Parts: sequence; C-alpha cells; structure tokens
Amino acid sequence: MTRTPASAMLLMYRRDLVLAFRHWDQIAQPVVFFAMVTTLFPLAISPELGQLRELAGGILWVAALLAALLGLEFLFRADHADGTLEQMMISGQPLALLAIAKGAAHWTACGLPLVLVSPLLAVSLGVPGAALCTVVVSLALGTGILSALGAIGAALTLGLRRGSVLLSLLVLPLAMPALIFGARAIDMAIRGEEAGGPLLLLAAMLVLAMTLAPLAIAAALRISAE
Amino acid sequence: MNWTWLHKFASPPHAYRLAGRLAPWVGWPAFALIVVGLYGGFVLAPPDYQQGEGFRILYVHAPSAWMSMFVYATMAVAAAIGLVWRIKLAHAVAAASAPIGAWFTFAALATGSLWGKPMWGTWWVWDARLTSELILLFLYLGYMALRASIDDRDRADRASAVLAVVGVVNLPVIHYSVFWWNTLHQGATISKIGKPSITGDMLWPLLTMFLAFTLYYGAVMLVRLRAEILRRERDATWLREELRL
Amino acid sequence: MNLGEFLEMGGYAVYVWPSLGLVVFALVWNVFAARRLHATARAEALRRLAAGGRP
Repeated sequence: MTRTPASAMLLMYRRDLVLAFRHWDQIAQPVVFFAMVTTLFPLAISPELGQLRELAGGILWVAALLAALLGLEFLFRADHADGTLEQMMISGQPLALLAIAKGAAHWTACGLPLVLVSPLLAVSLGVPGAALCTVVVSLALGTGILSALGAIGAALTLGLRRGSVLLSLLVLPLAMPALIFGARAIDMAIRGEEAGGPLLLLAAMLVLAMTLAPLAIAAALRISAE
Repeated sequence: MNWTWLHKFASPPHAYRLAGRLAPWVGWPAFALIVVGLYGGFVLAPPDYQQGEGFRILYVHAPSAWMSMFVYATMAVAAAIGLVWRIKLAHAVAAASAPIGAWFTFAALATGSLWGKPMWGTWWVWDARLTSELILLFLYLGYMALRASIDDRDRADRASAVLAVVGVVNLPVIHYSVFWWNTLHQGATISKIGKPSITGDMLWPLLTMFLAFTLYYGAVMLVRLRAEILRRERDATWLREELRL
Repeated sequence: MNLGEFLEMGGYAVYVWPSLGLVVFALVWNVFAARRLHATARAEALRRLAAGGRP
C-alpha cells in the first residue's frame, strides 16, 4: 500500500507527538529553562517592574530562543540512532515533506509549550495585559521560525560530538533577524503602539523559512546520515 | 549541454598546475597595487575637511569590509557548484576561501572600531554596518567550526556547503533587519562610520585598494587551493610526477 | 609636510597607524599561513607516496 505524501506527513507528525509525549520531562525541561532564564534577568538587573518592562521584549525573546535551542538537538537524534531516519530516506516519500512533519511535531512539543507559558512570564516582567496577545503571537511565530532554522542546524550536526554547542553557534546568527523584529513587536505593544508591522514581517519570515528550510533540511539529512 | 570540458578543467592535476602558474601573476600585481593604493591614500590624498587625517583608515577599512562580503559570496557560490555538480574542486575553493574571508571580516571590525573611537568617542558602536559585519564573522566562524567538527571530508564539504548556501540566502535578511533595527534607535541616521565626501584624488587610491584586495584574495586563495588539492588527492600517478619535479 | 607631521596624522596617529598595522599584519599573515599550509601538504603527500604508494 502506497501512501500519499500528505498521509505520510500526518502519520509522521502523530508518531513524533506520541513519542514526545511519552517523555513528559523532556517537554517540561525547555519550559522550566525558559522560566529560569527569565528569572535571571530581574536578579541580575533590578526587581523594579518599571525597568523590567523596558527590557521585557528582549528578555522574553532571548530566553525563549535559548530554550528552543535546547530541544533541537533531539529532533533527529533518536531516529538516526535506531535507523528510522534511513527508513524515511528510502521510503520513497519526499524527504522534505517528512522533515516538515517532524518540524511541526517538534514545534508542537517544544515551541508551543513555551508560547503557552509566555503570558505568565511576561506578566512577571511587568508587561501590561493589553500587550500579552502580542507576546503570544510574536513568540508563536518566532518559535516556529526557530524550529525551521534549527532543524537545518540539527540535520547538519547530526551525530557529531559536542554537536549541541555547534548547533547553537550555527543557528543563532540565522535567528537574529527574527529576534530583532519579535522583540520589537513586544516593545511596541508594551508602549501601546500598533505592532502589526514587525509581526507581519515575522510572519513573512516564517513563511519563507517553512518553504525553504525543508529543502535544506532534506539535503543536510542525506549528507549526514550516509 | 556537454559539461566534460568543465570536469576536465576541474581535474586535480590541471587545477593544481594552473593555480600554481596563476598565483604569482595575480599576487605580484596585488602587492604593487597595495603599495600604490596605500601611498595614494596615506600620503597623497588631502585630509578630509571634517575628519582630518583620521579618515585615512577608510583606505583599509572599506576594502576589508567589501572583501569580507565578496569572499563569502564567492564561497557560497563555490559551495553551491560543488553541491549541485558534485565538483570536488569547488568545495576545495570554498574551504580555501573561508579563513581569508574571516580575516577580512576581523580586519573590518577592528579598523571600524579604531575609526569610531576618535569620531564618536567609544570603542564600539552598534552601528548597522559594524553589527552586520559582526554577524558575518559569526557566520564564517560557524562555517569553519562545522568543517572542523566533521572528520569525513566528503561529509564536511557537503554539510558546510549547505550551511554556506543557507547563510548567503539569509545575509540580505540579516542585513536589512540590522539596518532597520539601527534606524529605530537613532532617528534619522548618519551611518556612524560616516563616509567622508570624496573628491577625485581621494577616490582613486580607494578604488586601487579595492582592486588590490580582490587580486590579493585570488592569489592567496589559489595557494590554499593547492594545499587543499594535495590533501584530497587519492590518485598517486599525477602526484608522483608533479611532486618529484 | 615633514615626517613628524606625517607620523602625527593630525593627532589621530594612535588610531590610524594601528589600523594600518593590523591590516598589513593580516595580509602578511595570510600569505605566510597559505604558503606554510601548502608546504605541509606537500611534505605530507610526499611522505604518503614514499610510505605506501597510495596518497
């Protein structure tokens, strides 16, 4: 029985989610890391909400970026170790589409929890209620971009010793544009300005990443896994 | 389309010998042009009306910055050629170019800093162009780190090629974002490393330096390429002849 | 303009000369490093040829 690519993607997505949710601790870790890093800033700078509010956009984004990087290493590792990756490559299904499915599952298990927790952390940094919606949208788009770009890094560094540090080095420069606009959107919302511009740019980056990254990911997987 | 001519040209012995013959023809003119350009810029050109003698740093800063980007683009094109047409020589060109480009980037940053200090009072400013250069340096370092971490040469070539292509596609996005970010916090911006208004006798040394640095890159890259070819070569016959010569 | 004035660079000497020096150093270093790399690669290749015939 040959599956259509769409049903293969759906299968991959559900499989990855099931596997991810078997290990609750692995889902919780990036979230806790996010919360802890966010806490570091008041400790390091000042407990004064007025000051934190000025920096909140940047703090939230940097913390989310670092937390999202943590989970990337595991994106392909398990499949590579047990041979599933090879099976994916010879399955006849377009590898780029399977990569999209895996990336989507990864975002659901790693990025989405960060987004869901972000309003709480934002409030702790003095972000006014009216800006919380922008926080959520900004981080949702941002973690999506990061999943896409990060997957490229994960595929390139698959199986390398000290791969996780190298992965961060490779991915961070690519993530800087998203950081600039994402943090800016939050800052604008905090000041009561209309944040549509940066958010749209962020959305555009996400679309660009989702269209182009899978090609790079598939190429990188083939290179790394043979 | 018959590509055999390309593959023949790209064969290691040909490339090795051609690179060896070409390098001095590119290198010595580069040296001469550097001397001429520096003399023109540091001695002949009149001081700038705003920045005085300090603007002369432009003559080393601007060519370095230009080369940092030119080399990255060349590296990415070579990497892409290597990936698509599976030409090992192209990968070797990319590998040979990276350290040179990284040095140019570092030079641009350091001279930018030295230029900024007397003009704007601090050793570093988050000016759009300097920040962009810094991110470019990170891209170079990431590329070289990836190459160094992979033992298998083929995998290293192809993985770093993917990274280079991804990097070059991202470069405009990064550049635009940084530029936009910078204008936010300064209002109407005069770029901090301000271009002095340039007259003719200030311009020709600058253009000379641009050309000189480009030729310089060509020469040094060709030498590094020869080393790369030697390291990669499996077929003993041509090597034996070549090296015993 | 005499030599003293030239070296002074209108007061900017401490910025201009290190900049020039740094770039010249980078240029010289890269040439040196490339040539050394080539020499090492040559020696390696010769050694491998001598040892087993397969480079």
